[in-house]
Amino acid sequence: MRLSLALVVGLVVVIAIAVTFGETALSAWQYRQAFSDPASAPAEILWSIRAPRAIAAALVGAALGLAGATMQGLLRNPLADPGVLGVSGLAGLGAAVAIAGGLASLPGAVEAAALAGALVAGALVVTLAARLREPEALVLFGVALSAMGGALTALVFNLSPSPVTTAEVLSWLLGSVANRDWGDIGAALIPAGLGAALCAYAARGLRMLTLGEETAALSGLPMARLRAAAVAGAALLTGAAVAMAGVIGFVGLAAPHLVRGAVSDDPARTLVPSALAGAILLVAADLAARMIATDEELKLGVVTALFGAPLFALVAWRAARSWRA
Amino acid sequence: MTPALQLLGASARRGRLPVLIDVSLCVNPGEVLGVVGANGSGKTTLLRVALGLHPLHGGEARLAGRPVRGLSEAERAGLAGYLPQERRVGWNLPAWRVAALGAVHRAPVEAREAAFLALEEVGMAGLAERGVLDMSGGERARILLARLIATGAPLLAADEPAGGLDPDAQFLAMERLRARADAGAAVIATLHDLTLAARACDRLAVIAGGRLLAVGDPASALTPEVLAAAFALEGALIDSPAGPVLAAQRRTVSDLPPSVGVRGGSAEGRGGEV
Repeated sequence: MRLSLALVVGLVVVIAIAVTFGETALSAWQYRQAFSDPASAPAEILWSIRAPRAIAAALVGAALGLAGATMQGLLRNPLADPGVLGVSGLAGLGAAVAIAGGLASLPGAVEAAALAGALVAGALVVTLAARLREPEALVLFGVALSAMGGALTALVFNLSPSPVTTAEVLSWLLGSVANRDWGDIGAALIPAGLGAALCAYAARGLRMLTLGEETAALSGLPMARLRAAAVAGAALLTGAAVAMAGVIGFVGLAAPHLVRGAVSDDPARTLVPSALAGAILLVAADLAARMIATDEELKLGVVTALFGAPLFALVAWRAARSWRA
Repeated sequence: MTPALQLLGASARRGRLPVLIDVSLCVNPGEVLGVVGANGSGKTTLLRVALGLHPLHGGEARLAGRPVRGLSEAERAGLAGYLPQERRVGWNLPAWRVAALGAVHRAPVEAREAAFLALEEVGMAGLAERGVLDMSGGERARILLARLIATGAPLLAADEPAGGLDPDAQFLAMERLRARADAGAAVIATLHDLTLAARACDRLAVIAGGRLLAVGDPASALTPEVLAAAFALEGALIDSPAGPVLAAQRRTVSDLPPSVGVRGGSAEGRGGEV
């Protein structure tokens, strides 16, 4: 509880910083004008450009953090995240197909395709999770699904009619929250909220799964339903995140890892702090992407991968060393 | 009195292979029933079938007189607690939270209370806040036993509760299960150590190749003939001041009657000869 409160404060601070600073330097007088006159240029910069961008980053980060914590609890594996289960991969594929198919001009079409991809992956995982009780088997299936998504996305590149389309798909896959408006955020809130509710419902099942499938099966909890809720919730959250910002890796992996120690490893109590930590991470990463001076603005997905990949190696290294039967 | 657990001509298959064949057995409140048999003889399957975790191929399994297939998850958890052989714990939860998972279907406050009582019962109340992955294997086994006790279920089913434990911990585990039986629960436990089984259980069920070979009090269940057929052992239970002790040696292949079709037993009997 105290941890979540501290994380909320941290999130507010980092969002405030993200709204305050940007490419255009403003004077103290302009900041005052932004608050007093909603029609002024500074107000436009703060409330229509920077604020939605920061909130979008927070929303995507929270969705990925929560999805990651849910996946890790479900699979009892600290290395699981939406990417590992192939959910991000199929969501990206959905978006790639929509863009290559010329649907990019249709408002919401690419987003819907990404969400559909995530849900297809979720449905496949749910179906398989009922058959394969071993979490390891599910991880292997996820790796296969990821590879499949990657191969089909490569096929889209391969067959795409023009270099413009290729660039567009690539830009989507790199991940970004630039130029998002309040409408985009509202649209993403619906699947994300539904996903969050499902994950919250599944929380007690995740804690029960600490002792393995057999013990959980006789715990009195409706495990089949809770497991399905966890996968569906994580898929919706991932789909919402990919629809909003493209494929952004490692936040789902890192966020639960950062907070787990503070909640004594409890997979149920990891959920809320993970969402908050994911939000902080992504707002900070987006701030870095904006502030690091390069000719071409850094893509958010590139920044998270640059920081996330070494972290992944570190987590794997620690997990392997402390692998306890 | 309704038996807490009842198998009526129960059969089960894994794939197309029969792993449990026409087993009839009951466990009554207040008793500890031990299930013994060689590796692969069907002990775990018997427990899983009885608890509705493995599908029946024929016959029936009942908990407190009700067919296990017709029970909801919550009803089943109210009638039976299960300690599987799998002891892997996924996360480093504090001991009391693991024990509280036994009462996960109850209100959090009640679950916590049941957890601490159960930890006290297994002598682990002092380590309630310690992470289970920071414990020794023996300590963790006690925490998992406390989780079983915290279910408060009228039937406690334990798959090898003494597996991998030192002698003192083995006796402690069986003593705790006995205490639950004395308090009115029915206990069924699979065991590998026949001496421990003979001392700790009221009745023993011996299975071999998926069939029930003998049921009864330890002395009448573990006769030299049953030892030979189920375990390929030559010997007998003998009395000692501390209780019965198994004195036996392996039978060589030439001693085995050709009619003994015991999968696990005969395989182990051959092991040394090949």
